[in-house]
Amino acid sequence: MPRISRWFVRTSLIYLALGSTFGALLLADKGVSVWPLIWLTLPWHMEFLLLGWMVQLAMGVAFWILPRFSSGPPRGNELWIWLAYVCLNTGIAMIILQTWMRTEWLPVAGRFLEAAAVLLFVIGNWRRVKPFGADV
Amino acid sequence: MPTLTRWFVKTAMIYLALSLLLGMGVAYNPLSGSGGLAGLFPVYLHLLVFGWLTQLIFGVAYWMFPKYARGPARGSETLGWMTYLLFNIGLLMRAAGELVQQRPPQSIWAWMLVVSALLQWLAVMLFIINIWPRVRGK
Repeated sequence: MPRISRWFVRTSLIYLALGSTFGALLLADKGVSVWPLIWLTLPWHMEFLLLGWMVQLAMGVAFWILPRFSSGPPRGNELWIWLAYVCLNTGIAMIILQTWMRTEWLPVAGRFLEAAAVLLFVIGNWRRVKPFGADV
Repeated sequence: MPTLTRWFVKTAMIYLALSLLLGMGVAYNPLSGSGGLAGLFPVYLHLLVFGWLTQLIFGVAYWMFPKYARGPARGSETLGWMTYLLFNIGLLMRAAGELVQQRPPQSIWAWMLVVSALLQWLAVMLFIINIWPRVRGK
């Protein structure tokens, strides 16, 4: 597994742990309510698990297993993918921060960075969606 | 494909079918305003995202992630089976607990949700403990 995939996958596992912890606290509170304020973390639970865990894991594994090139860097220019990693995780952090800092621009900037991460990832991997052995 | 993966993947497929069936019930909204299952939307969502997607990922990751050259190739199979059992017992308890909690009295069923939360959380942690060392180069 290439280094950048390891970063994606390990970060996704950290988000899985965080998202599941908040999810477990929310579900427990749904049963026996002891701390209703925990429901303020519902957006974190969703952000951590959907973007932090699933999208991030998919990116890491896709970069690892998509067909490689026979000449040049086998997985293309990794710079796109590193930028995608930074944008995705900065975006997630901004979305989480906006629950404390009520600003108008933070959630918009966070979602913009998440979308930019996906775009960078698509650009970096587009040519690798090809038959095995064919260099397009 | 290892046996544990087959169990994860086949169970995930069953959850996919169940969640979509439940989705029909959740979407059904009688004009009378009673008898609908709209309150079970969180169960529908979690059967789909946790029972199907996450379970499928757990099974495939156990199968495909880099293996060890020495010792058990895929790490602890016992931890894997514990993950599977806690995950599914927890998720089924959650579904049952939320289904019954729609009606009073709620006491025992409320605690069932607490236990189900704990079981699912433990399953996730065991999965992470088992898979983390396998996130590595060849």
